[in-house]
Amino acid sequence: MMRHTIAVLVKDHPGVLARVAGLFTRRGFNIESLAVGHTEENNISRMTIVVEGDERALEQITKQLNKLIDVIRVRDIFPLNSVERELALIKVNTNSLANRSEIIQMVDIFRAKIIDVNSQMMTIETTGTEDKVNALIELLKPFGLKEVVRTGKIALFRGSKSVSTFKKQEE
Amino acid sequence: MSYMKLTGAQIVVECLKKEGVKVIFGIPGGAIMPLYDILYSETSIKHILTKHEQGAAHAADGYARATGNVGVCIATSGPGATNLVTGLANAYLDSIPLVVFTGQVSTNLIGTDAFQEVDINGITLPITKNNYVVREVRDLARIIQEAFYIARTGRPGPVLIDLPKDIQLAQTEFKYPEKVSLNGYKPTFSGHIQQIKIAAQEINKAKKPVIYAGGGVISSNASSELRDLAFQANIPVTTTLMGLGTFPETHSLSLGMLGMHGTAYANYAISAADLIIALGVRFDDRVTGKLSKFGSQAKIIHIDIDPAEIGKNVLVDIPIVGDLKKVLKKINEMIEKKENTEWLEIIKDWKRKYPLKYENNQELKPQYIIEEVYKISEGKAVIVTDVGQHQMWAAQYYQYTIPRTFISSGGLGTMGYGFPAAIGAKLGCPEKRVICISGDGSFQMNQQEIATAVNNNLAITVIIMNNGYLGMVRQWQELFFNKRYSSTTLTGNPDFVKLIEAYGGTGIRVNKKQELSPALEKALSLNKFVLIDCIIPGEENVFPMVSPGSPLDQMIGVD
Repeated sequence: MMRHTIAVLVKDHPGVLARVAGLFTRRGFNIESLAVGHTEENNISRMTIVVEGDERALEQITKQLNKLIDVIRVRDIFPLNSVERELALIKVNTNSLANRSEIIQMVDIFRAKIIDVNSQMMTIETTGTEDKVNALIELLKPFGLKEVVRTGKIALFRGSKSVSTFKKQEE
Repeated sequence: MSYMKLTGAQIVVECLKKEGVKVIFGIPGGAIMPLYDILYSETSIKHILTKHEQGAAHAADGYARATGNVGVCIATSGPGATNLVTGLANAYLDSIPLVVFTGQVSTNLIGTDAFQEVDINGITLPITKNNYVVREVRDLARIIQEAFYIARTGRPGPVLIDLPKDIQLAQTEFKYPEKVSLNGYKPTFSGHIQQIKIAAQEINKAKKPVIYAGGGVISSNASSELRDLAFQANIPVTTTLMGLGTFPETHSLSLGMLGMHGTAYANYAISAADLIIALGVRFDDRVTGKLSKFGSQAKIIHIDIDPAEIGKNVLVDIPIVGDLKKVLKKINEMIEKKENTEWLEIIKDWKRKYPLKYENNQELKPQYIIEEVYKISEGKAVIVTDVGQHQMWAAQYYQYTIPRTFISSGGLGTMGYGFPAAIGAKLGCPEKRVICISGDGSFQMNQQEIATAVNNNLAITVIIMNNGYLGMVRQWQELFFNKRYSSTTLTGNPDFVKLIEAYGGTGIRVNKKQELSPALEKALSLNKFVLIDCIIPGEENVFPMVSPGSPLDQMIGVD
């Protein structure tokens, strides 16, 4: 089973998310992560969906997505050909002084940031590939994770290749 | 330039007129009353009041199938809307163009669990091609135009428009957009020319080709192109249930229907073919039998307007996405004349050895009834069926030669579809003879529409194949569940003749074989709504039959 990252440009209507998410469930695909936000173009949102499946499953889900009237474009973003990032906020226990300095070291190594702190805990912000975020979380586990929240992956093609419909219209 | 100000309800009616809608089906209720108020004084659109919203949806569907136009129905919010759900799913699975309006509570009440509020948009997401909640009256005309466009183009399907009550009353300037502009919806109409060339070459090369034609041929009006292809290269044609009528079953190249209850020769031919030309089909499990064995000897050409159907169930060798009519026209220009004598001889032999057959004795056999209906209607009637054994007999023993003359619930298999669909078909084609073949189980699922048929003087003939069972389920119980007839015995059936008479219609009972043709003659000569209740043997089975999960060439009832 391969993991795929799919970029989906959709009309910014109420109900679009339900339409797209429902399609995955109905056709038996599990969404691993989903990130949605506005784009460079008015009224168009972009969903970045990570899904597991073989080539044939991916082809079917791409075609089914394309059938939705509110879906404007669907692209498979290959990892080799793209930059991808995820953001995570990690709240970790810091009940001893020793722990605290060790955690600060790790935050430095990972070029993460401490964005909130008190005597009991620290909140760390990190961005990077999914692997990097996973690695930091693994390292922080022994200190006691209180809470972790992740945005899910977002991705862009490298170089001038793009998913956008915006530039095409300008050219 | 200024435009006239109209209410939302007036805009709906104006848009229906712009789209050429003549007949609509529905039932009023609280949240749709402003629209019904406008319909009250509208003379150019005929509104047919059904007795249940499911009947309205199926009637609009039957109208669409019989005419090729978009079917339209209306219901109120809440229960009115949820009663449409089966009808929408039915149309969705068979790719039938419908535009469906539902009333909704006013926009300020949405989300409060108001009286008769239901999220019909959410409920129908998976069974509509697209759906809308109208939130601003200024969007209404555009939405209606889009809905009709989406419903009838590409792979057709139902579209639902949810109309909050305040939107029906709000006013705006009415302007029907010049054209539809949807950047997320651009069906591919003309096929890839390189693929078309390869397909033509394969057809010219094939020694044992078979055409497997489905409902897409009807949607695309490509029946004459299909015939040209078959006649030019002498290719035998088998159709799915949905494809009946696309190719004349009276012609020697016809193999009839394939699949679970297909003819033995169609199933043998498709299993032995070296080339399967699949036209507007979706390789449904009722057609293919065991998937891994389907066409295992063959290269497969698959032409369909929906890219998602290509490679969904079966991997194909030559996919072509496009409108069948356009693609077949191009292919036909490249096809060489061919005799295929050897292959056709093999098929002829199968036809001789394994014809469709039943024991035609003194009993009133359902197969005999269909043959008599065929004779008396000269094969020209619009046959509308319900779902079950009678449906399969109607598919097997009537010879369809004209597209849109066999109307049946294929994908969803909706018992209760046939009778209201026949009402829709008759309203769409008043000049044609419409005969509904039903069962005692199916008919009772929407028999309230007798009132609709009688009130509107619709000259439909309903033939009930009354065996006192939910017959198809009983057949499966007999074959696969040790004859344990769990809940399939229909005790307490009404006297259908009296039932019809109670509504002011005419009922005829047929107990014996020799009573049948006089009853049919009488029914068809009366030119009014007539129900014929045929008492048939209880445990007659539909054969041939491919057990679920078996390969097509292994059939029960073929020897």
